[in-house]
Amino acid sequence: MATTAPNVYNQRTVVRRTRWQKFLANKKLWRGVTAILCTLVLWEIGSRWDEWFGFRLPFIGFIPPPSDVMVAWLEVLPKIGYWQSWYLSFKRVLAGFLSAMLLGIPFGLALAVNRYFRDIFFPPFEVLRPIPPLAWVPASLIFWPTNEMSIAFVTFLGAFFTIVINVLGGARSIDISYLRAAQSMGATQLDMFWRIVLPGTLPSIFTGAAVGMGITWEVVLAAEMISGGGTQAGGGLGFFIWNSYMGGSLEQIVVGMISIGIAGYLSSSAIRYLGTVCMPWRRLF
Amino acid sequence: MAAVGTVPARENAGKGAISIRNVTKIYDPEGVNVLAVDDCSLEIAAGEVCMIVGPSGCGKTTLLSAIAGFHSITFGEIYLDGELLCGPGKPLADQGADRVVVFQNGALFPWMSLADNVAYGPTVQGRLNKTQAREKALDMLAEAGLADVGDKFPGEVSSGMARRAEIVRALINDPKVLLLDEPYRAMDALTKSIMHEALLEMYDRTKVTIFFITHDLEESIFLGDRVVVMTTRPCRTKKIVEVNIPRPRDYHILSSEEFRLLVDEANEAVHEEAIKAFEAGERELA
Ligand SMILES: Nc1ncnc2c1ncn2[C@@H]1O[C@H](COP(=O)(O)OP(=O)(O)OP(=O)(O)O)[C@@H](O)[C@H]1O
Ligand SMILES: [Mg+2]
Repeated sequence: MATTAPNVYNQRTVVRRTRWQKFLANKKLWRGVTAILCTLVLWEIGSRWDEWFGFRLPFIGFIPPPSDVMVAWLEVLPKIGYWQSWYLSFKRVLAGFLSAMLLGIPFGLALAVNRYFRDIFFPPFEVLRPIPPLAWVPASLIFWPTNEMSIAFVTFLGAFFTIVINVLGGARSIDISYLRAAQSMGATQLDMFWRIVLPGTLPSIFTGAAVGMGITWEVVLAAEMISGGGTQAGGGLGFFIWNSYMGGSLEQIVVGMISIGIAGYLSSSAIRYLGTVCMPWRRLF
Repeated sequence: MAAVGTVPARENAGKGAISIRNVTKIYDPEGVNVLAVDDCSLEIAAGEVCMIVGPSGCGKTTLLSAIAGFHSITFGEIYLDGELLCGPGKPLADQGADRVVVFQNGALFPWMSLADNVAYGPTVQGRLNKTQAREKALDMLAEAGLADVGDKFPGEVSSGMARRAEIVRALINDPKVLLLDEPYRAMDALTKSIMHEALLEMYDRTKVTIFFITHDLEESIFLGDRVVVMTTRPCRTKKIVEVNIPRPRDYHILSSEEFRLLVDEANEAVHEEAIKAFEAGERELA
């Protein structure tokens, strides 16, 4: 084509860029970086208003400025206790989240594909679902022998209901013509399940996982704050914040909060990444 | 392109005669009876291209669903090659790979590549193993001019390509009957004409029986051996237009006098029904 058309537009050469160059040329990246920097600058000004202009701004004036937070952070970074908190919280989140996925996905699919199963299990499920996870705390403290187990249980519940309801909704809303097409090509029930229902539900499974992951973090942190630094179930980022509060270190509270933000961001990025790996056909959209 | 007069190399060649006898279908949602099809009879010969036209909502899809086994029928019976599909005592036909449906909105599985989509039928039926099925799928896709898109997902190809792949997916099962429910609706004229040529070429190769629902009268005359005009709901056969234009056909016939006359003939019948439908208060005209 290009050889037969003596056209200047065809002589444009394609400039190959390395991954790194592409990364740096990404406008989205720079917009994000700018936004974060602006927030930090405004925050710094707001917090230091008192020092500089002699009166305190409402709300923001009580928050330590980011530069102080950074200093506090650098202080805790080399300490093993800080990383121990990360590890403990992540362990709890993963345990609750994974068990909720392992039980929730099959349960949701079973509800979707089997009418009898749905008739029997859906009503009790719907009654239990609106109970917020934290309302389960006292009961589970009584059921379970250790605090750690009750935290795990409550965390599990938080994600479980969300995942089940997403899986159920996703599986039930698969276009009926996919099922009919498969059936008219001679698919058995088992084939339909593995090759139509399951992949058709994957997008909802990942939506449920993303929401469930958020809830899991909330529950774990709340539980860590409630349970405190007792002998049985201490530590975690929630306890880190609580401890800083007791110790009166405002900077460390903010360090804890930002750490949680980063942890949550890492978790949801991981889910998004898994989503693109498991659903290659969705990459186009 | 033209595989004229070749003996179709398929097991089910010469099969696929459908006999619809006095079929009535009453939908009964919450006790409100909707008489969709009323005492409808139609004989379709094996290897015929039978085009169904009629006002919107008259019950064409209902009839197709009954043949495919998606819906039960209330009275009457439907036979395929003399065997009862559905009738008294067996209101719902079994779904089977001998009657494959191509849906109006397309039902390629978005999570499988085109080749996997096409290979789906033979693998789930256990007729071919995975590699054989894939090979055959790629061959058949290539025959339909889709040689290099076998590994693409349906979302990555044009709607015309997807529709062709869907017809290939139906044909790989060697069906006795191909049931098409307005497959080319919402396609632009150019894509449509390409699809028509592809379908005719495929038909000349396979001579599979085709039950084709459409709203496009020119399409129905161009493709069909017979055009069955349905009455407004409840659905009955109003008029059958015989199309005796020899095959293989190409686009030159579109401008012929014979073609025009046939379109007019069908148009008159459809128009009459459309007006009736309108007067009956069903303002959902085609
Ligand atoms: N599941 C159903 N329950 C109740 N009524 C139905 C159902 N399906 C279709 N109908 C009714 O039966 C009639 C025929 O519907 P059908 O879908 O067969 O029409 P159609 O000829 O295919 O129309 P179109 O050309 O618009 O696709 C319509 O009046 C419709 O409202
Ligand atoms: Mg229809």
